[in-house]
Amino acid sequence: MKHEGKKLVWQEYQKEIADDHFFYARSCIRQTFFPGSEKVFTKILKDELGKDVYDSEHHTSCTGIGYHADAVPFETTMTVVARQFALMTEAGYENYAASCITSFGLYTEILETWHHFPEVEAKAREFLFKATGREFKIPKNLAHASDIIYKFRHEIAEKAKYRLVDKNTGKPLRVVEHIGCHYSKMFPHKGVGGAEYPYVLTGMIEAWGGEVIDYPERRHCCGFGFRQYIVQANRGYSIACSKKKFDSMEPYEPDMIITNCPGCPMFLDRWQYALSEMEGKTYGKNGNGIPVFTYEEVAGLVLGYDPWEIGLQVHQVPAEPLLDKIGIEYDPGSKFKGPNGEDLGHPEAPSYLKFYKE
Amino acid sequence: MGKLYDKLAEDVRFVESLKACINCGTCTAICPAAEFYNYEPRVIATTVQSQDDSKIEELLKSETIWYCGECMSCKTRCPRGNAPGLLIIALRSLSQDLGYFTASEKGRQQLAIKRTIGEWILKYGYCVNPDLLNPRLHPEQGPVWEWERDNIEPVMEKLGANYHGDGPGALRRMSDDDLEEIRRIFDITGGTERFDKIEKFSETKAEEMHLELGHDIDSEYFDYVYTTNNSKHTKS
Repeated sequence: MKHEGKKLVWQEYQKEIADDHFFYARSCIRQTFFPGSEKVFTKILKDELGKDVYDSEHHTSCTGIGYHADAVPFETTMTVVARQFALMTEAGYENYAASCITSFGLYTEILETWHHFPEVEAKAREFLFKATGREFKIPKNLAHASDIIYKFRHEIAEKAKYRLVDKNTGKPLRVVEHIGCHYSKMFPHKGVGGAEYPYVLTGMIEAWGGEVIDYPERRHCCGFGFRQYIVQANRGYSIACSKKKFDSMEPYEPDMIITNCPGCPMFLDRWQYALSEMEGKTYGKNGNGIPVFTYEEVAGLVLGYDPWEIGLQVHQVPAEPLLDKIGIEYDPGSKFKGPNGEDLGHPEAPSYLKFYKE
Repeated sequence: MGKLYDKLAEDVRFVESLKACINCGTCTAICPAAEFYNYEPRVIATTVQSQDDSKIEELLKSETIWYCGECMSCKTRCPRGNAPGLLIIALRSLSQDLGYFTASEKGRQQLAIKRTIGEWILKYGYCVNPDLLNPRLHPEQGPVWEWERDNIEPVMEKLGANYHGDGPGALRRMSDDDLEEIRRIFDITGGTERFDKIEKFSETKAEEMHLELGHDIDSEYFDYVYTTNNSKHTKS
């Protein structure tokens, strides 16, 4: 097949992604807002693909949000990251898989810093040993968890129960892909497809039957901005960034948004709700929003996992329009039920955004 | 060269972020903060590059250095390979070391960040935890988040989290030994010192403003820095 234009550019940025034996580091935001996604990631790797994933109880945050909100010094962050590497080394692993994009970007930045300034690495080793008695080896392979799902996208497609296709028309779904800024904006050669045309999510979408929308603000930040969201007085920055993206993608009538960063899906989900409450504006059809998904959730959906087992009920923008369009089977009545089918009540309906209960 | 410039030059992130800026403005064109705030990363680079200590001191005390969201979009596009976002991190570090951050409304917010994200790392081992995201402080999280919080244990069980549990998994309880290691790392590497400085300089400012500093997120000064916005930061 002849590749031209952007597809040709994408071909130029490929990265090595380990095949097996991953040391998995969880994400502060992912586990708080989308714990089902981390469950799906480990389930797919272990149960569907037969891979070995080590889930350490001892690792912590990399402190990345604290670092990028400027409350945590670089030396502290580097030493905490060194401790994560030590836990990996002690467990007998060499391939580090980060659930978080901020972490992935920070690990990359730290490894690059250590490469160019060996004395900084020596200091981090000294600090770590002094504080914990631990030592570490540099990971042989560093991947973001989305890199790994990307690597196995065709295997997932072979096992898929559903495709990202409109069941009525047979046409591919129109998908917005949103890449976390720190995936490759700092170090383009460390991301699949680089920074301008990252291919990591596009590859999944194409392999699973969808069609990617190329809209003007495709690469704009979701608006997290660390301190720009953490501090209430600054949140205008955050919602303004998301609004800019929604306004830009709306004319292309996307069926869904897929993200690879822990924070982005939360912001793109919640800010749609906030904008609807503030302005009465919804970005989907008939009072619906544009459903936002993590790539793990989408992988789980195409594999036929129950939407409420993977966590779609904790999204503020309902996923049902998308589930119905694909033809995914689900029980509307169990959406807000507990693990044993117990009644947990249900959230209040928003003022404008269409609400699905049963 | 001035003393402040020399201090900046000691920071490895400064060394990596600024190599003869040609003032082309590409960073400003791509910057989300420049679109929202009265902000130009190009001006930051130009000011620092001047090596003029009085101008750098003004910058360290300004609102300006706190507008960046550290998305690092500037790094991708700079034709010189500079990273104004990284330069901002170095400037914010120095501003906190010297206590200059309390001179600006946006800078004073560092106390709120220290008392939330900063302390949560030491307490929970993670920067964020569902227990801490109170719907009252986060109305944008919406009614589904409120429902989730009201039913946190069964919802987390259904989603496969190990909520406050022992052993591995999402939202597990970190062991005291692991948290103690993190605390020791903070003590040895300057993390605790940074936190102490934020508290110390904020105390002076709170006294000056006749606001109670307190020790947690329920204090007059915390509330003030967390919510105050004089509406003069943005483009019209």
